[in-house]
Amino acid sequence: MLENVSLALQGVWSHKLRSFLTMLGIIIGIAAIITIVSTIKGTNEQIKQNLIGQGTNVVTVQLTQDGYEYDMSWSDPPQGVTPLTEERRSELEKLDGVEEVSLYYQRQWSDNVYYGNTNFSGSVYGVDSHYFSVNDYTVNYGRGFIDSDFTQHRKVALVDSNTARSLFTGENPVGCTIEMQGEPFTVVGVVSKNGGSGPVINSLQDYWMYAGNGSNSIFIPGETWSVIYRYDEPQKVAVRAKSTDAMTYAGDNVAKAINETNVTSDKVKYQADDLLKQASDLQNLTSSANSQLIWIAAISLVVGGIGVMNIMLVSVTERTREIGLKIAIGAQQSRIRWQFLTEAAVLTSLGGLLGVGCGIGLAYMLSHVMGTPVAISGSACLIAVVFSMVIGIVFGLAPAVKASKLNPIEALRHE
Amino acid sequence: MILEMHDICKDYPMGKTVTRVLKNVNLTVNEGDYLAIMGPSGSGKTTLMNIIGCLDVPTSGSYSLGGRDITACSAKELATVRNKEIGFVFQSFHLLPKLTALENVALPLLYGGMKKAQRLELARQALETVGLADRIDHRPDQLSGGQCQRVAIARAIVGKPKLLLADEPTGALDSASGAQVMELFQQLHEDSGATIIMITHDAGIARHAQMTRTIRDGILSGGVEV
Ligand SMILES: Nc1ncnc2c1ncn2[C@@H]1O[C@H](COP(=O)(O)OP(=O)(O)O)[C@@H](O)[C@H]1O
Ligand SMILES: [Mg+2]
Repeated sequence: MLENVSLALQGVWSHKLRSFLTMLGIIIGIAAIITIVSTIKGTNEQIKQNLIGQGTNVVTVQLTQDGYEYDMSWSDPPQGVTPLTEERRSELEKLDGVEEVSLYYQRQWSDNVYYGNTNFSGSVYGVDSHYFSVNDYTVNYGRGFIDSDFTQHRKVALVDSNTARSLFTGENPVGCTIEMQGEPFTVVGVVSKNGGSGPVINSLQDYWMYAGNGSNSIFIPGETWSVIYRYDEPQKVAVRAKSTDAMTYAGDNVAKAINETNVTSDKVKYQADDLLKQASDLQNLTSSANSQLIWIAAISLVVGGIGVMNIMLVSVTERTREIGLKIAIGAQQSRIRWQFLTEAAVLTSLGGLLGVGCGIGLAYMLSHVMGTPVAISGSACLIAVVFSMVIGIVFGLAPAVKASKLNPIEALRHE
Repeated sequence: MILEMHDICKDYPMGKTVTRVLKNVNLTVNEGDYLAIMGPSGSGKTTLMNIIGCLDVPTSGSYSLGGRDITACSAKELATVRNKEIGFVFQSFHLLPKLTALENVALPLLYGGMKKAQRLELARQALETVGLADRIDHRPDQLSGGQCQRVAIARAIVGKPKLLLADEPTGALDSASGAQVMELFQQLHEDSGATIIMITHDAGIARHAQMTRTIRDGILSGGVEV
């Protein structure tokens, strides 16, 4: 077998130009496919990273009714839902795929929050001691919440850096007092999300994903929440999953566990925000557009395969005497078949390899010129080479069978 | 008895009719025989030789080689018979141009499934037997016609076949190299007791053989002991 391959390689090498021209169809087809696949994969990874937020792996589990978020700004807390306790929270952390859990309250659109005469527009959060670690915040100035803030129901607040800019134009917010629902709160620190780079906004979807997300937030201790809002409000849950791929699973686990213990209502249920699913929906959208192109590339592969068949038939004719002699001195038909199949497969595999190389180069060139993201998929490259080999075997079959069925007497007489 | 043929006929279609090229050929060859078959051009010598060499099948008749019924063999079995039991020398050598003398000679052993080192060693020995030990790395185009034919003979004997067939082995050679080749057959016959069937239309060549049979219009005549 190895001998066959090395003989085939010699054959390819001794007809360099002809072999190259024969491989061209395969090279072009495979290069096109690798370019497309790399671009699709790059785009998909970008979408995933953009939507999910690199490395945070946080999924929100919250009350929903008829598939929509149950918004406490407009309605009273729902019937049949008990708020979660600290013990319950630590139990949730033991669920599969879950790393850390935070319970918090939120008003998406705050009202009656002022600094002096300036109205604050943004979200207000009542958080527990896990919130900032789950969501990966750090304290920039001042201090974070300490245990006594929670236990003593202190009226203290943290603002995010956006709020620090917009509400306290130029002033140091630490030490200032803001008024929430008529109650004074002292700002003790400024926090900001880690990970530095903000989201990349590429499309309208991206924009909607990020609008209002993480920007302009004020945080107060969860224990103080009842001072300005209701005391029996069920919390939202922020779940940090063990990995990006575990997000859906971890979120579902937590939602299911809470629904079993804290929800008796049929109408409202805890449900995980499926960011991963939203991401994959978006990915499917972009992929399906691009995968049409793969079919066009596949046609080029078929054309390449026919070229290989053609040249193999020529090769069989050219080598009729050689084949005749081999049969005359006792080579089995199967051996002759294998010889030509191997040659065709080596030819197309080589074409596949060159095609993968060209495809990778082309993908990077394209990304350089047009700014499309690129991610090379090792498995796609492997499949491409194996697939080209299969093309060689499929299209080499007819010539190989023809060679093995030659009549040795006539073949030896062939000029 | 190594070879036994009874009433072998071979027909070739010619347009709408068929031509009978071999007519009820009977032939027996014993181990160690050196037989020459003579006849004018077109008399059916090559056709007969191709049937003996299992390259072709007769239209009718029975043929057994080394006790095996050849007419009942499958294509696969025939390939094995050609590989193991028959050594064929062609008029026009039929060496593979890209292989060296050694590789050409070793080729039948490859099809017999032998390991490479052993193949090359046996091929080298066979080339030594035909007096070309110093030419093993030459390609056919670097060898004279006589040398090429001797390489072809080495290829025919390398697998120690029961039967050595030669179809006008000197037909493409000048008389000097022709004589060398005939000497080689003589030597193979005498030294290693090879069974040889040789086709020729040259009476001078046929004289080398132990016995001669003549074929005319597809009819094989009785033997003449020399
Ligand atoms: N494949 C074939 N088809 C038709 N006729 C053939 C074929 N092969 C040989 N013949 C005919 O059979 C006869 C014997 O040919 P051949 O055995 O080659 O003769 P020789 O070798 O004695 O010169 C010739 O008349 C030739 O034309
Ligand atoms: Mg002839």
